Amino acid sequence: MSRLKYLLHKEFIQIRRNTFIARAIIAMPIAQMLILVPAVTFDIRHIDLCVVDQDLSPMSRQLTSKLQGSTFFRIKKATFSLTEAENAMHRGEVDVIINIPDDFERDLIQSDSAPLQLLIDGINGSLAQTSMAYLSGVIMDFNRKIVLEHIALKPVSPSPQIQPRTRYWFNPELDYKIYMAPGILAILVTAIGFLLSGLNLVREKEMGTSEQINVTPVGKYEFIIAKMVPFMVIGILDLIFGLALAMLVYHMPFEGNIFLLFGFVLIYLVAVMGLGLFLSTFSSTQQQYLFICFFFMMIFNLMSGIFTPADSMPLWAHRLNLLNPAAYFIRVIRLIILKGSGFRDIGLDMLRLSLIAVLTTTLASMKYKKTA
Amino acid sequence: MHRLISFIKKEFHHIFRDFRTLIILFGIPAAQIMIFGYVITTDIRDAKIAVVDQAHDEITMRLIDKFEASEFFSVRQYLNSADEIEPVLKKGKIKQVIVFEPDFGAQLLRNGEASLAIITDASEPNTGRLLASYSEALIADFNRGLFQTKAMRIIPTVRMIYNPTLQNEFMFVPGLMTLILMLICALMTSITIAREKEFGTMEVLLVSPLRPIQIIVGKVAPYLVLAFGDVLLILAMANLFFGLPVKGSLALLLFESILYIGLSLSLGILISTVSQTMQQAMFISLIGLMLPSILLSGFIFPLENTPVFYRIVSLFMPPRWFIVIIKNIMLKGTGLKFVWKETLVLIAMTAVFIGISAKKFKMRLE
Repeated sequence: MSRLKYLLHKEFIQIRRNTFIARAIIAMPIAQMLILVPAVTFDIRHIDLCVVDQDLSPMSRQLTSKLQGSTFFRIKKATFSLTEAENAMHRGEVDVIINIPDDFERDLIQSDSAPLQLLIDGINGSLAQTSMAYLSGVIMDFNRKIVLEHIALKPVSPSPQIQPRTRYWFNPELDYKIYMAPGILAILVTAIGFLLSGLNLVREKEMGTSEQINVTPVGKYEFIIAKMVPFMVIGILDLIFGLALAMLVYHMPFEGNIFLLFGFVLIYLVAVMGLGLFLSTFSSTQQQYLFICFFFMMIFNLMSGIFTPADSMPLWAHRLNLLNPAAYFIRVIRLIILKGSGFRDIGLDMLRLSLIAVLTTTLASMKYKKTA
Repeated sequence: MHRLISFIKKEFHHIFRDFRTLIILFGIPAAQIMIFGYVITTDIRDAKIAVVDQAHDEITMRLIDKFEASEFFSVRQYLNSADEIEPVLKKGKIKQVIVFEPDFGAQLLRNGEASLAIITDASEPNTGRLLASYSEALIADFNRGLFQTKAMRIIPTVRMIYNPTLQNEFMFVPGLMTLILMLICALMTSITIAREKEFGTMEVLLVSPLRPIQIIVGKVAPYLVLAFGDVLLILAMANLFFGLPVKGSLALLLFESILYIGLSLSLGILISTVSQTMQQAMFISLIGLMLPSILLSGFIFPLENTPVFYRIVSLFMPPRWFIVIIKNIMLKGTGLKFVWKETLVLIAMTAVFIGISAKKFKMRLE
């Protein structure tokens, strides 16, 4: 036991002495929290409209001013030429072209229905869907209004209406920073547990000092534990630091139980460290490890749903995510922090992640040989 | 000239000797396009929703059927009371709950008005907002069904331009292509020069009669050829697997791609001249390039929404410009007339990167 204590002591001294790691530990949470979080946002801006009003009638002007009055839309361009409008869309200046044909008003009054053409830039599919939803809302409102105004002569009984009221739970302001901050924290913990701890191991190999340890009576498991514990401590400390920053700077709420989060983080760290240890046995230089690590981190992160919702991914990705520790972590850290989910809600995730942790550490200790 | 050619030959030998390099050059881009092309999506399909329906009358059932029939929603759970909403949302599977007031249908018939609450899990704001707006549109549409008079209506016809079926791949695959090309190019070249330095073979090169610019050209030329192979591979995959068309001129697209890989390769050279070891070069080109170019190129996150500061920073990101170019040529089918500005930016950036590297290089000679 005292051997382990000395080993741990040695590890902490080494980490402190290594300026790169020491700097990374302090600089990473600050840089990620302050620089990355505000950069990633899906906040919806205005939808830019181009109105081609070929009718120029009171009715078409009413419609235009109704669109202008909406908070979602901004009329960025008005022209009489459809080609010019299409060119604006080619240049990416406008998202939607509203083409009001001439005789719009006449058709509306004489034949009770008038066509209106909406041309929507479909490259960004979800923005296109949203634009269409908002636009049809405005047009439907407008339809009701003109009926009331123009056929007021013959009394119309008010038609039945369902009034929806929308409430946004857990993030009423729809603040994207609150959503991204826990995700970025998860990347931080992954970088420490997976990247830095693995690099530390490979470095020992590269410098030849692991051979020196191999000839000592230090056991395999003692060595592994001594390598893991410091980075667990650092991981938790950095997490606390990052959490504090997020709460101070972005007013991120913390709804759940912090010890539940710490417990989950520890399991996660064991899982990724085991994987790091396992992968480090395949690489003899830090550079090789860095490359392997990069590949895994890119896949882990992009598949985990940190930037794009994991629910929308295809079925095979869902299955693959069962093996992806980052997918569990990203989901659970957001559940605990933003929604205050408890053990009952995340128990299954915790169990599955524990199984992954057992799997990776078993693989690693089987593959790791003291006689390297 | 002859010297330069034999130097380029030597570089080719270096690359083809190492099998791993070839895997990195062709295997990784192919794998990444396949995985991420399918995985990265902000589309919503069959979001799981729950319903609190105490009225249980004909109208609520019709409305619930309408939700179920929509491509966006899938009704998964019926709750007995509003108290069950919070626990269900906390589990994280159900994204939205529709709550009807107790005597919904009767209210609607008697007062001509009935209220309904849409409670959306907004912990992820983008999905939350999309779900809410799809629900509102669906209810508005339902209202129109209740609205009997046929008099005076504007009938909008909607056409989705560039992407008629709203395929999600059109949004993300061009960005993915841009990102992968840059990372691979910058990584490969940044390592080569750093490797010469680390192995001490750089000094041998420096005493050779080759001029710095010749050394740089000699280092870049083989990778330009290989990276062009990558371009063809990635374009073919985008077309075969994700159905991305090339509506504009293929020649223009290839020309722009060569410009872009030239730019990325010279960025790699620049990185390697400022870093001392291979590890540093790798760290800068992977970690330093990857995150900013994912986040600030408009690849996933639309740039219009980011704060001004980041929009200014994004102007210096090469992928930002190339994404615009390939979307224009491939999806919109426009020509040089619409992308000449972006093209000039690519050329200017390449010139600056090569200029700085050549200058840095010369100083080492002294």
